[in-house]
Amino acid sequence: MDVFKELKKGVLLSLWFVFLTFPVMVIKVDHIARTVTWRWENALYMAVGTFFIYFVVQLFRKKQENRKEGQDSKEPSLSIIHRILLHRSQRNVLLAFIAVVAILFPQFLSIYQTNVMTTALMYVVLGLGLNIVVGLAGLLDLGFVAFYAVGAYTYALLNLHFGLGFWTVLPLGGLLAATFGILLGFPVLRLRGDYLAIVTLGFGEIIRLVLENWGEFSKGPSGISGISRPSFFGVEMSLESSIIYIYYLMVLLVIFTIFVVNRLQDSRLGRAWIALREDEIACQAMGVDKRKTKLVAFSLGAFWAGIMGVVFAAKTTFVNPASFTFLESAIILAIVVLGGMGSIVGVLFGALILILMPEYLRALSQYRMLAFGAILVCMMVFRPQGLIANIRRTYTFKKKTPNSLAK
Amino acid sequence: MDYFIELLFSGLTRGSIYALIALGYTMVYGIIGLINFAHGEIYMIGAFTAFIVATVLSIYGFPLLAIVIIAGIAAVVWASSYGYTIEKIAYKPLRHAPRLSPLISAIGMSIFLQNYILLAQTSDFLRFPRLIPDFAFMEPIAHIIGSTDLVILVTTVVVMVALTFIIKFTLIGKAMRATSQDRTMAMLVGINVNWVISATFIIGSGLAAIGGLLIASHIGQINFYIGFLAGIKAFTAAVLGGIGSIPGAVLGSLILGLTESFATGYVSSDYEDVFAFSLLVLILIFKPSGLLGKATNQKV
Repeated sequence: MDVFKELKKGVLLSLWFVFLTFPVMVIKVDHIARTVTWRWENALYMAVGTFFIYFVVQLFRKKQENRKEGQDSKEPSLSIIHRILLHRSQRNVLLAFIAVVAILFPQFLSIYQTNVMTTALMYVVLGLGLNIVVGLAGLLDLGFVAFYAVGAYTYALLNLHFGLGFWTVLPLGGLLAATFGILLGFPVLRLRGDYLAIVTLGFGEIIRLVLENWGEFSKGPSGISGISRPSFFGVEMSLESSIIYIYYLMVLLVIFTIFVVNRLQDSRLGRAWIALREDEIACQAMGVDKRKTKLVAFSLGAFWAGIMGVVFAAKTTFVNPASFTFLESAIILAIVVLGGMGSIVGVLFGALILILMPEYLRALSQYRMLAFGAILVCMMVFRPQGLIANIRRTYTFKKKTPNSLAK
Repeated sequence: MDYFIELLFSGLTRGSIYALIALGYTMVYGIIGLINFAHGEIYMIGAFTAFIVATVLSIYGFPLLAIVIIAGIAAVVWASSYGYTIEKIAYKPLRHAPRLSPLISAIGMSIFLQNYILLAQTSDFLRFPRLIPDFAFMEPIAHIIGSTDLVILVTTVVVMVALTFIIKFTLIGKAMRATSQDRTMAMLVGINVNWVISATFIIGSGLAAIGGLLIASHIGQINFYIGFLAGIKAFTAAVLGGIGSIPGAVLGSLILGLTESFATGYVSSDYEDVFAFSLLVLILIFKPSGLLGKATNQKV
């Protein structure tokens, strides 16, 4: 009986989705040639697909329920990666392995692969930056890409007009982005979370529109080209070695970022962020300056975005406003959400999965943004803590038995 | 002077379309306290459905009046169905989750729907058929206000009156008001809150679809990305008027429409969208509760 009921529900659901997607999926009109194409096969795919997904979801739910029942007494199980990271010798082996792979990567693979990897590493840093804002402090920033743009344009313009080099601008770009973060954050951070999301979204769009329309300043939609690549103590390099050089630079930057974010997380400031995220009122009652703490999170996140902007401009030697659309912000957000908000390892994996996968599955790359949207929804509904959840520091009391007291 | 009046009417037209979309935001926010980011996409889907149905019908040679009515009904039906389904998939499971979760889910839904339309239809701009003919009686003032603008204004007024009636005098309207005041209490007095929330999404989406149909025939072209900008602007309007307040949404939309119209008319059209965003930032800084909204204090 139960199976029959489930089947009926699945069929009804598929029929509903066929109806829902009918005009968009089945009919395709050409208003110029005035022809109508009926793509009935799409309705069939839709029905089968919905039916299949429904059962997968049902199975997943059952499994989750079973696990919940079985797990009440035990401690929450950790993911494999966390288990390895907690174990000292295993961790060292893992880190050594990653280090070897990272160092040898450009030696064994092509320049193209190295370039792709550099992009992925850039997204790791961007993700870690956004992770401070969204994951730790719980402020949904949808205009993150604006700070990225500030960094990129800082380098592009300073290089164009004053011939400043990469290393001079790298901290400058970061600081300027952080300043923008403070300027924006100062008025809006007293707002509630959802307003903040919209204002940052609006801010991101304003920056892009200004870059696009203020031609005298930014050269408009055609962008700035011919930006110089980073130099190595004044030595000029060929294109190939320069790409490899940027790759190693990114590896170092990733390590540096992980180090800083990790230290931040356990600092007084980091704990204040997490407390703010969990309960603002309680946190204020404990004497945390809400405004200042949020502002620091905002500007620190922006700082990393600014730095990455400079690297981006140096890597592509070309910037234009089209690189800094809302979709870019959405991709970075998807990385943080997929990996696990607040989790450094998670963001690392999230970036590698989301950036490398579409690169190697070229055939599916047109479905990339569709998948990103679906990932955001599915992660929130099924696994809000992300693939690799952050483990909170806990302190376990050893129960004092009367025996131990007697001693 | 003619130029001023022309801008005035164009602002009112814009404003009334924003109002149709902003109402959806404000109603949903009033009831579940969520900014439905995917609302702009519902409006876009409404416009696409209307476009597809209208084109198919015109190819098969239906008369204009029948096309307008059928396309309008189809847009409302499908947009409402999308609204209903989105709520069930992306928001209902997250009703007791932390505030950030439904927000992220909504953004994901919005990106998903945009790309769904992009893949299933096209990324090109589509020419929307002219659904509203030039009325003969409008001839003398046609240079100030077009027939389409007139239809938009009239439709908006009718829809607003109908909505006010629904909310003030019908049972479901009463249930909606009760739920927005206190959801737990509404449940205790026997209101099916799930159903009320679904109804809110259905009504809001239907309004957005009417907006989509009207704006598409006003501007004359659509593509998969129109929902994003329209969504943000309508949200701005809702916040301007005080989110959660229905008259506020209408007032805010009209102010936004007029501001944009005059700013592009007298200042510069390059920064059309920047005006809306700057207005939003300014309101949030100086009066976050909006013009007609009530400032609420958070209690522990």
